[in-house]
Amino acid sequence: MMAAVVVRFVNRCTLRLGMGQQYLGFSSVAKEKTASVRAAHSLPGKVKIVEVGPRDGLQNEKTIVPTEAKIHLINMLTESGLPVIEATSFVSPKWVPQMADQVEVMNGISKKPGVSYPVLTPNLKGFQAALKAGASEVAIFGAASELFSKKNINCSVEESLQRFEEVMKAAKEAAVPVRGYVSCVVGCPYEGHVAPEKVAHVAKRLYSMGCYEISLGDTIGVGTPGSMTKMLEAVTKEVPVSALAVHCHDTYGQALANILIALQMGISVVDSSVAGLGGCPYAQGASGNVATEDVVYMLHGLGIQTGVDLSKLMDAGAFICRTLNRKTSSKVAQATCKL
Amino acid sequence: MGNVPTTVKHCLSYKQIIEDYPWLKSWLEEEKIITEHEYPDFVKIVEVGPRDGLQNEKENVPTRVKIQLIDMLSTTGLSVIEATSFVSSKWVPQMADHTDVLRGIQRAPHVRYPVLTPNMQGFQDAVSAGATEVAVFGSASETFSRKNINCSIAESMLRFEEVISAAKDRQIPVRGYVSCALGCPHEGNIDPSKVAEVAKGLYEMGCYEISLGDTIGVGTPGSMFKMLQKVMKDVPIKSLAVHCHDTYGQALPNILTALQMGVSVVDSAVAGLGGCPYAQGSSGNVSTEDVLYMLHGMGIETGVNLDRVIEAGDFICNALDRRTNSKVAQARGRTL
Repeated sequence: MMAAVVVRFVNRCTLRLGMGQQYLGFSSVAKEKTASVRAAHSLPGKVKIVEVGPRDGLQNEKTIVPTEAKIHLINMLTESGLPVIEATSFVSPKWVPQMADQVEVMNGISKKPGVSYPVLTPNLKGFQAALKAGASEVAIFGAASELFSKKNINCSVEESLQRFEEVMKAAKEAAVPVRGYVSCVVGCPYEGHVAPEKVAHVAKRLYSMGCYEISLGDTIGVGTPGSMTKMLEAVTKEVPVSALAVHCHDTYGQALANILIALQMGISVVDSSVAGLGGCPYAQGASGNVATEDVVYMLHGLGIQTGVDLSKLMDAGAFICRTLNRKTSSKVAQATCKL
Repeated sequence: MGNVPTTVKHCLSYKQIIEDYPWLKSWLEEEKIITEHEYPDFVKIVEVGPRDGLQNEKENVPTRVKIQLIDMLSTTGLSVIEATSFVSSKWVPQMADHTDVLRGIQRAPHVRYPVLTPNMQGFQDAVSAGATEVAVFGSASETFSRKNINCSIAESMLRFEEVISAAKDRQIPVRGYVSCALGCPHEGNIDPSKVAEVAKGLYEMGCYEISLGDTIGVGTPGSMFKMLQKVMKDVPIKSLAVHCHDTYGQALPNILTALQMGVSVVDSAVAGLGGCPYAQGSSGNVSTEDVLYMLHGMGIETGVNLDRVIEAGDFICNALDRRTNSKVAQARGRTL
């Protein structure tokens, strides 16, 4: 502990001198001056973008997209430099008809080495089907709200975690990494306020079960930098920040501000959806996922590396919007497009 | 924890170590930096919808509609509502009814109604119409200044000096705007020191507040930080405001960055009125509703009632026959 204190002290001094700021020891004036230091330095140098458009996006679009179009979209996204592209979902087509062509999609895409193509697997059956279809990474979805869990997957949070233990066990045996999602982390369409401790509890369970990364989802987009901070403070006590990601929805226009706060708190993995695909099923006509283009624009403006080529990404967005016959939800794409 | 050696105690408890060595707390403050930001307790919203918003809408809005919009906004708790612009109607036909608007509105007590006055002519017309606060617009980009108001920055500053001097004589406060603070549609990148120079010029001339405008919305928290860092050296932070455009979706993170740096005045437009004249079909002003949602969610007071602003937004969108740009309004189901 003392060593850590010394290291922190040294880091802080060096940082201050490096920033050319006069060291202001104990006075309250320091508070005013440190504000500018805060705004600048506590950001990661690199951020990994997890592209959820082909799954979370398309799953929540009214129009069902033909298989070839899905495959083409995923291939274009691969070309843009994204490191992780959530390809499809092995949920029963009875519940999610948009993802009925899961096997064809997995077999049809051109997988680039070094790029990950995780798929959703809500249970053991889905996992086995995914493995058979060539999946080399899977994802499971928990909820921080009991009501949401019951309404969404017809069981309690605890029951869902037990289901996942089966999947985790099988995944370990097959040496397949598993990503965990927690939904309703800052608000639930049924319960309203969600306690940060509950989110921390579910995140911790998923992490201890063996998920390599936990994506914290603001499912209905009600979060603000205020509630995000409180929630992340609780979760980072239980799960290392390097294993956390944020999945912000832009339903109330708060996504980028929430992502910025998360970055300032040490998070370096961000989920987003090309063209902001995927409306919000809980607010008619409202938007859902944050647009990857807008996230990349902000990150690059902050000097943060993503490995993504924004113009190729916009091409992919333009393609899928034409296919869906809808306007992009990305402001960057709208501003860049010469109408 | 009586018998436990001190070092072990400290290893086990951060709280313990701070209790025993209180001076350490400040040294360790860096740990808190990431999770605790110093935000202002109160943010003043400057509502620019009736002027900046309507000026940039394709539809020309009838005078009575403008008056009704301003009257509705006057009941929301907003303390500043930019009412109109005394620019020649040859250049800005949407604001041709400036005198009728200013005379027609029901001024609420505790609300201010600044108007734009680009030159002495405009200033005199504004005073005749009963204006009690005015605003002048500088630019951090020479090319933008020439293309927008047909003169160099230096020439425009001379014009403003006249206005400010006349305003001082009548004890009329003047707000200064600096456009292209984070980028120019003609010049591209703008040097933060240029922004600081213009801001300082306006402040020293007597503007009580300087609003820094990201005219084409290209700014990000990165460029906002760099620009504010420079400007803050020359103008006190409590006299600064940010006027962010949402053309690239960056307005709210940019505003958040400004708040973290101590800015406590934010310009916005109800329903995100006002497109961007430099990016066809794109959005312009950030929506007041979305800004309020963020601020209230952070526990920052504004004195403004969000629901009433949404109602005013509904009204003007109906009148303009257009969809709101506010995501909060859309989510609340109040769309066309």
